Amino acid sequence: MIDNIGFILGTTLMYSTPLIFAALGGVISENSGVVNIGLEGMMTLGALVGATVGYFTGNPWLGLLCAGLAGGLLAILHAIASITFGADQVVSGIAINFLGPGIALFLSRIFFEGATMTKSIDLDNKIPRPLDGIFQQNSFFDLVFNQYATVYIALLLVFIVWYMLYKTKLGLRIRAVGEHPKAADTLGINIYKIRYFSVILSGIFAGFGGAAMSLAVVSNFRPTLISGQGFIALAAMIFGKWKPQGAMWACLLFGAAQGIVVFLGSTAISISSQILAMLPYIITLLVLIGFVGKSAGPAANGVPYEKGER
Amino acid sequence: MKNKKNSLKEMLFSGNFTITLISILLGLAVGAIALKIAGYSPIEAYSVILNGIFGKPKYISYTIIYATPLIMTGLSVAFAFKTGLFNIGAEGQFIVGALVATLVGYFVKLPIVLHAIVVFAAAITAAGIWGAVAGFLKARFGVHEVIATIMLNWIALYLNNYVIMLEGFKRPNSEASYKIWDTATVGILEKWRYTDAGRVWLKAHPILQSIFKTPINLGIICAILLAVLVWFILSKTTLGYELRAVGSNKYAAEYGGINVNKSIIISMSIAGALAGAAGAMQVMGISKQVSILAAMEGYGFDGIAVSLIGSNGAFGCIFAGLLFGALKYGGPKIQSAMGAPSEIVSIVMGTIVYFIAMPKFIKMLLDARKRKEVK
Repeated sequence: MIDNIGFILGTTLMYSTPLIFAALGGVISENSGVVNIGLEGMMTLGALVGATVGYFTGNPWLGLLCAGLAGGLLAILHAIASITFGADQVVSGIAINFLGPGIALFLSRIFFEGATMTKSIDLDNKIPRPLDGIFQQNSFFDLVFNQYATVYIALLLVFIVWYMLYKTKLGLRIRAVGEHPKAADTLGINIYKIRYFSVILSGIFAGFGGAAMSLAVVSNFRPTLISGQGFIALAAMIFGKWKPQGAMWACLLFGAAQGIVVFLGSTAISISSQILAMLPYIITLLVLIGFVGKSAGPAANGVPYEKGER
Repeated sequence: MKNKKNSLKEMLFSGNFTITLISILLGLAVGAIALKIAGYSPIEAYSVILNGIFGKPKYISYTIIYATPLIMTGLSVAFAFKTGLFNIGAEGQFIVGALVATLVGYFVKLPIVLHAIVVFAAAITAAGIWGAVAGFLKARFGVHEVIATIMLNWIALYLNNYVIMLEGFKRPNSEASYKIWDTATVGILEKWRYTDAGRVWLKAHPILQSIFKTPINLGIICAILLAVLVWFILSKTTLGYELRAVGSNKYAAEYGGINVNKSIIISMSIAGALAGAAGAMQVMGISKQVSILAAMEGYGFDGIAVSLIGSNGAFGCIFAGLLFGALKYGGPKIQSAMGAPSEIVSIVMGTIVYFIAMPKFIKMLLDARKRKEVK
């Protein structure tokens, strides 16, 4: 029994990690007032780049880094459109969601002889598990804590983003720009710069999230690898009321649903996994109905800012 | 006469149309650059695609078949857009429409024609309700429709998979449901093609023979009728006027005595019904069944692109849908013909949507050109 709980907790952590990275990206971008529906596209590109670089160099860390860069590059497009040219941010995000997977599969076909699935990375060249071998194999602690390094990085990042947003001057500026850009402008804060920084950082995190999937949870990239996780991260961010710690809990909830589905798949219990898979989305809707209410997001979220506008 | 010409010129060279046209050109240009970088000849690739779309009557027919569901999901997104709502849920509404069409097409037994009508009506009603849920959540609880519809998409996907797995509906040894009865299908002369008389007749008419090799069906006619209906509702009826009023200014509409909350729900349910029609037609005309979905099929997302490229207009959606359908059908042919990645289609579409998202950029480009001319 305790082992089963350990298994579920461990699987939860593993599946939550890519979501946490991407959701943190969403938190930063949306706190600065830029809606980022493009997380999905950025994750997909990150997953491909991570797996590709990881495969060819044999170095997962380089893969992770390049995945972040790729996500950041794609985010620059979103930033240019939505910050400099006052584009509809949702529409721009939709474009990113066409471009990200499009570019990812395009590159995959070029690097892997026309295949949309990258070659598998050797188990030794995946993201390492720092606590491997410390606990007795398949004991409760081993099942829960023997995780890929990305899991711990993600959890650490939650703290770092929280600290940055609420304890530093930069964070204050990001939130000011998202709440009341005009007031921030009056105080001499460069709104465009802050928003560019936030959106690019969100792309980098989303890229990490994609790579956390392709370099740790599995060991290659395939077209359906991300399928919707960017959107789930987006939902988790809203579920978590645009706060890093809230987003983390929401991601853990989504991950737990996944963990339970995997667990039930390994047993003979016949609760439909399809119904279980539905639950996080239903819960999110219920929570949005009951608790979040009408005005929870940053006030200027989604509104393009133009200097000199009155 | 001169006046008319002016207005035509105005229509062509100002506003949405120019922006769309330039965006499409930029999209194709970016696609060409990507192909070039990857080491393929863009000219060869585009001519393969063009030939793949127009080369044979069969190809044209397939293009239309590919475009049909996209036109309808495009109409769904466009309808919501006109009323100030962003329907990202066309995907889920499509799934619900397809699922209910299959359920009614298999479990209900009715005479031909009547059965098809009942199947279609049931599917669009169910999808309409699915859309209305998002509208209701927004109207009653202020849940943003983008988030609500994303959640509903995933709920629809798993619901679809759950229902297909149910005993009595799942076809043994498959990942799909039973097929719908022939009485519920909308294929054109599907049975006749394989009769002796049909074979002889088709042999004498090679163009039609080529076309009848494809699963042609009444879907495209349905799509065009729906486009007319959308145009009619939006521009000729009081309901359409009210919905558009809410779309352009919610507060003014409310002041003018329009029930904004009711409008939101009605609008989302009509949008849902339109996307559901796409799902129903896909089942009744092409697949005859629903299958387990591992991931979203993308009809809804493609619909967003179609709607944007069509400037959210009913007839714009037909052209944008045909453009997208052509790219989707003709694009992958570069894979077999020259080994070039077919994902170029997503890149081209993404670029088009990207530039349409920022009309300011295009206007800047145009202004820069004008200034040069003045100099």
